[in-house]
Amino acid sequence: MTPKIQIEQASRMFSGGTVSAFEDLSFDVYDNEILCIVGPSGCGKTTLLRCIDGLVPLSAGRILLDGSPVTAPPSRMAMVFQHFGLFPWKTVEANVGYGLRLAGASPVVAEDRVRRTLTLVGLQPFARYYPYQLSGGMQQRVGLARALAIEPEVLLMDEPFAALDAQTREILQEEMLRILDQERKTIVFVTHSIDEALLLGDRVIVLTARPARVRAVLQVPFPRPRALAAVRADPAFGTLRARLWDLLRQELQ
Amino acid sequence: MNGQAVVLSTQQRAVQAAAARLRRRRRLHDAIVRVASVCAVLAIWEVGAREMSPLLFAPPSRILAAGVEMIGSGELWPYLSLSFRVAAAGMLLGTVVGIAAGVLIARVRLLDLALEPFVIALYSTPMVALIPLVVIWAGFGDAGKTVVIFLFAVFPVLLNTYQGVRGVDTRLLEVARSFRTSERALWGDVILPSALPFIVAGVRLALGRALIGMVIADLYTSISGIGYLIVRYAQNLQIDRLLVPVVILSLTGVTLVQALRWAEMRIAPWQFAGRDD
Repeated sequence: MTPKIQIEQASRMFSGGTVSAFEDLSFDVYDNEILCIVGPSGCGKTTLLRCIDGLVPLSAGRILLDGSPVTAPPSRMAMVFQHFGLFPWKTVEANVGYGLRLAGASPVVAEDRVRRTLTLVGLQPFARYYPYQLSGGMQQRVGLARALAIEPEVLLMDEPFAALDAQTREILQEEMLRILDQERKTIVFVTHSIDEALLLGDRVIVLTARPARVRAVLQVPFPRPRALAAVRADPAFGTLRARLWDLLRQELQ
Repeated sequence: MNGQAVVLSTQQRAVQAAAARLRRRRRLHDAIVRVASVCAVLAIWEVGAREMSPLLFAPPSRILAAGVEMIGSGELWPYLSLSFRVAAAGMLLGTVVGIAAGVLIARVRLLDLALEPFVIALYSTPMVALIPLVVIWAGFGDAGKTVVIFLFAVFPVLLNTYQGVRGVDTRLLEVARSFRTSERALWGDVILPSALPFIVAGVRLALGRALIGMVIADLYTSISGIGYLIVRYAQNLQIDRLLVPVVILSLTGVTLVQALRWAEMRIAPWQFAGRDD
């Protein structure tokens, strides 16, 4: 099977600087897999994701989507941002329909798709609200719905739950599991939370401190559909968690 | 999950209703304090001014009586309308030019680099100092007055527009790019909505300055309009009548500025959110 996304000897400096975010980085993302990327903070995970989305060019190497190089944001990808990135002057439904409208979807199709996506994330009653009237967790559901609404083949998620409090984060992780059971997609999920990576991922890639390289790749064996409590109770969870911690700790020292 | 959200929303409605009650009570309290303060000041003014010579000061009651008389006799209107017509023209011109120039300077780097020193220099120059030059160029008439008011009004609009356009959240620009926006859609979806509250605030600042410009133009070019009224009554030592146009100017300013404040809240409610929490 050819990988969905191929990252080949990719390098990139932090914007404007001389510091390498990642160097000579290579890995593949397979079709319909959820790949979690963990690494020490500031190791360039976010920069990598922006490169995959074609928002930022590489300084060397290339990134292929279905075999062809990514040079600009592809229509088959959608990003969920750590800072939510909602437009405060648009209602929830207008935010969710944003990508659809840009893609030239007819109003009827867009309206239907927005309604279905909002129902999927449980926000249909809040369609007419403005983001500032919602809690952080609800705002990120809008961010997720906006990305899902354009029916992308690849979902890029940049520490989407990092700005939320611990309880809200767990609720959204469960949400995420439920949504993924309904709409399977290729997902690249950047996180600094080991638990989150093990809970959501099919594979976990551990990056080194910068310049980031692949330190290790772990298979996550838990069967789907998954539930937070069941995964945590699994003895393998503890073992994998300890293993990942160990790898990360070595990088932090 | 859907059911849960609906439950949440009924609960939320109850919380919102309680918050609204609290807000109403606070608003009532604030209004009472404001009205009481205005009444107290007016009362002190009334009592104090009655003790003074009518050649030096006038109590509110006499100003009100003089105002009613001046409006009734039709004496006030021609002067007021003349001044306000010129002020509206200068203000409109200043707003249009200010927004256009602000957007252009913010978007075109070359213009930004080339014009920034002049914009800052002109903004910092007291416009009064330029009036003799304006009179030489544009004459003593309405054209000269309009130019003076324009000069007073244009810079706050220009600078605020510039700041608004430049200050667009770069993260939102990236979101837009990630969803494959076109340049035109970017303006409609992101840049203008984000700059609009700044622009309206600029217009609000410009209004105050335009009213100053209006009186100064009346006084320093051909003496006419409201400025003429003020000068004439001052020469006759009719203080009560002198203060009528002054009060009208002040009420006009307050009304327009409050209207624009209200517009700002309507345009960008998210900037005012969280104040109740």
